[in-house]
Amino acid sequence: MNVIETSGLGKRYGKAWALHDCTLTVPEGCLAALVGPNGSGKSTLMNMAVGLTLPTEGTATVLDGQVIGTPVALDDIAFMAQDAPVYKNMSVADMLHLTRNLNRRFDGPFARARLTDLGIPLKKKSGKLSGGQQAQVALTLALARRPRLLILDEPLSALDPLARQDFMATVMTTMADEGTSVLLSSHALADLERVADYLIVLGGGQLRIAGEVEDLLATHRVLTGPAAQADRYASQLSVVQVKRAAAQAHLLVRTSGTDDPVLPGWEAHPVSLEELTLAYLRAPQAEADPKPANTNHSEPTEAAR
Amino acid sequence: MTIDKGSSPIEFRLDPSSGVPTYLQLVQQVEHALRLGYLEPGDQLPKVRDVVANLTINPNTVLKAYKELETKGLASGRPGQGTFVTATLNQVTLPELSGLRRSMLGWLGSADEAGLDEDGMVALFTSVLRDFFKRREGAAHASAKDSEAEGVA
Repeated sequence: MNVIETSGLGKRYGKAWALHDCTLTVPEGCLAALVGPNGSGKSTLMNMAVGLTLPTEGTATVLDGQVIGTPVALDDIAFMAQDAPVYKNMSVADMLHLTRNLNRRFDGPFARARLTDLGIPLKKKSGKLSGGQQAQVALTLALARRPRLLILDEPLSALDPLARQDFMATVMTTMADEGTSVLLSSHALADLERVADYLIVLGGGQLRIAGEVEDLLATHRVLTGPAAQADRYASQLSVVQVKRAAAQAHLLVRTSGTDDPVLPGWEAHPVSLEELTLAYLRAPQAEADPKPANTNHSEPTEAAR
Repeated sequence: MTIDKGSSPIEFRLDPSSGVPTYLQLVQQVEHALRLGYLEPGDQLPKVRDVVANLTINPNTVLKAYKELETKGLASGRPGQGTFVTATLNQVTLPELSGLRRSMLGWLGSADEAGLDEDGMVALFTSVLRDFFKRREGAAHASAKDSEAEGVA
């Protein structure tokens, strides 16, 4: 089952495409990391998934075929917008009251118990809480809706390292306890390595690559060898990124498996999630699904030039 | 938030610089604990929720590690209770282990006297270990061939 399915999805503001021709699926039970630079379409994709923005093109469904933005779909989705949105002049208790009355499903006792456990005073104005506490309040309000899909837009960016860890620990235990699926956007690639098991890379409003982290790591590697042979070798492979010096070249390639033979004189190394993500973001023309190795013999890929 | 540490005799930690995938680090730590006798059959492995909360890792990673341990026949899950150790990798008793430890200390002493540093000792040990098992494997291979030949005859 998929928690998000899009087909040719896009959003245009005036002449500029915030997101264009995006086709992807996010399987249930994963933490899917949505990464990309500012303006790459992350928030646009999230806003469309919760029905806050209407698509210009294409279609999208959530939670196994529900139309986006419908009450039935929204009942099972909780969305936390960027920068831990809380009403700064409202007390925490009032925010609980408000959220309970604005939602068809809201577990008030759970929310109160959680905030008490965290030592967050309910009478205090939200704006007077620390950044970490505000994030925890926003997350608690989202979790109290008992969502099957939790969508978090840049939840970590304003948090210090301790608050980050506390926040992610809460998300992880919720996944363990409730089987909740999570879509989380972030800049902090290093933070995602341990938590994400699905990766979606957006760049310039385009989907660069998406897939299970384990599969992606298994099908990409860096080949290191003499620069003189790099162009010829690259033309036989699905190259994502080339780095070269006078004598030596590194090719980040997509392979069918880690057991593929390597040309004599070349060495193969595994890639990290961060390396892989950056390579897809830096190579503007890298395709989400490169053609098989033998079809592009004659012309080197854009990335290799 | 207080975290219930549960009743497992071990607690996981992660080495971010090892390059070993997270799930494999968990598997290896259980195997290590089994070899050294920290874990015995019947012991409970840390609860998935506790591991996830302590290490801030994806629960699917822990589930994958526990599944791998089940496949290896070292642990099994009991619905609603957790995952428990079902086998041991500890082939020798504790007194035997400390005897072996003592004789190894003696060897290390003479290596030190001969002027080997720590890296030198590790290199020598690793090389002898490899030779030892290669020879043993060779012997096993030869005897397997012999019995095969007998079978034909």
